[in-house]
Amino acid sequence: MDALVAQLQMQYRNYTASLYQQGFLDDQFTELKKLQDDASPDFVAEVLSLFFEDCVKLIGNMARALDQTGTVDFSQVGASVHQLKGSSSSVGAKRVKGLCVTFKEYCEANNYEGCVRCLQQIDIEYKALKTKLQDMFNLEKQIVQAGGKVPQVDN
Amino acid sequence: MARDGGVSCLRSSEMMSVGIGKMESPPLELDEVHVLAVDDSLVDRIVIERLLRITSCKVTAVDSGWRALEFLGLDNEKASAELDRLKVDLIITDYCMPGMTGYELLKKIKESSSFRQVPVVIMSSENVLTRIDRCLEEGAEDFLLKPVKLADVKRLRSYLTRDVKLSNANKRKLLEHSVPIQTSLPPPSSPDSSDSSRPLTNSPESSDSSPPLSPVEIFSSPLSSPIDDEDDDVLPSSPESSPTPEESPVRRQKMGSPGLLD
Repeated sequence: MDALVAQLQMQYRNYTASLYQQGFLDDQFTELKKLQDDASPDFVAEVLSLFFEDCVKLIGNMARALDQTGTVDFSQVGASVHQLKGSSSSVGAKRVKGLCVTFKEYCEANNYEGCVRCLQQIDIEYKALKTKLQDMFNLEKQIVQAGGKVPQVDN
Repeated sequence: MARDGGVSCLRSSEMMSVGIGKMESPPLELDEVHVLAVDDSLVDRIVIERLLRITSCKVTAVDSGWRALEFLGLDNEKASAELDRLKVDLIITDYCMPGMTGYELLKKIKESSSFRQVPVVIMSSENVLTRIDRCLEEGAEDFLLKPVKLADVKRLRSYLTRDVKLSNANKRKLLEHSVPIQTSLPPPSSPDSSDSSRPLTNSPESSDSSPPLSPVEIFSSPLSSPIDDEDDDVLPSSPESSPTPEESPVRRQKMGSPGLLD
């Protein structure tokens, strides 16, 4: 069992480290992990789950706002981008947040093509993060099931 | 809400929840710190709530300035004199919110007789100096740059606890970790930090002199503690979001205001 645990732990460490290295996650994700304990073992997963729901909702808003036949209300788009920027920042979703920054600039410049591009990228990006995190949480579960402890991995 | 406007419900431990939207009020012990958190983002509300709970605060989280006023009983004109004070030790609010901004909420709180002495902390994702100044001038206790971290909340907690009960020794210890101190401050006339009973009038004239504050601990300890040079920067460019140095004395005075020392 120990060999399995050790192997899983190593896999977990490498995988998590790569998420930071590749810019999927930043410091704030590490901060969230500090808030998790034995009494709230799923805190991070729960918050991220709420975040992904937020993504769906806000991206939907942005898409609808950009889909006007006629004039687009860029401030409306921008409002949703601002919200997504906030929540992505709060959970450490670095790439999503970065895209929101760019997106916001396009909104302010009333740049329709830029906005549409960003919207597409954000959609791809949050889904990619979701998949990666699911894999990460699965590894955690496997470690625990194998009788081990989830190692601490800061970026 | 209870019949008289919802205030008394929080003093009774049998009132587990207040039916204001999706808000729940935890049963309160009188010496526990109760924080009202205001943020329109669900994700941020969950995070700030957890940050506060982990630092042993009771938390009531609401999603708008209006809900906050409703909770505080400030949402209607008739302020009943019989209403017992709701026990709120700190209000922490997001700046950018639809409807009522955190700044507007801050103003309303500072205009109210029952809650003007409750410290209000503003959170914002944007590090805009004019915004920060405006909030501090309006009476905000502190300004936190989002994303909020555990260290930020711990710092808030430490200056809150200082105002609740406390012996001089504990106050001194907590002070070392709270407000950023100027390295340029002249040393107090009483270098011995145990000499806390020295009246303030003996302290050198500095921007930190604040007669209404009782303990000289304000002066006695900080200079011996490691001082973060970053705090000398005028612009709070670091995520620590220290207020501008000129604001520190204002903040300290506010923290020592009588109402908080109940």
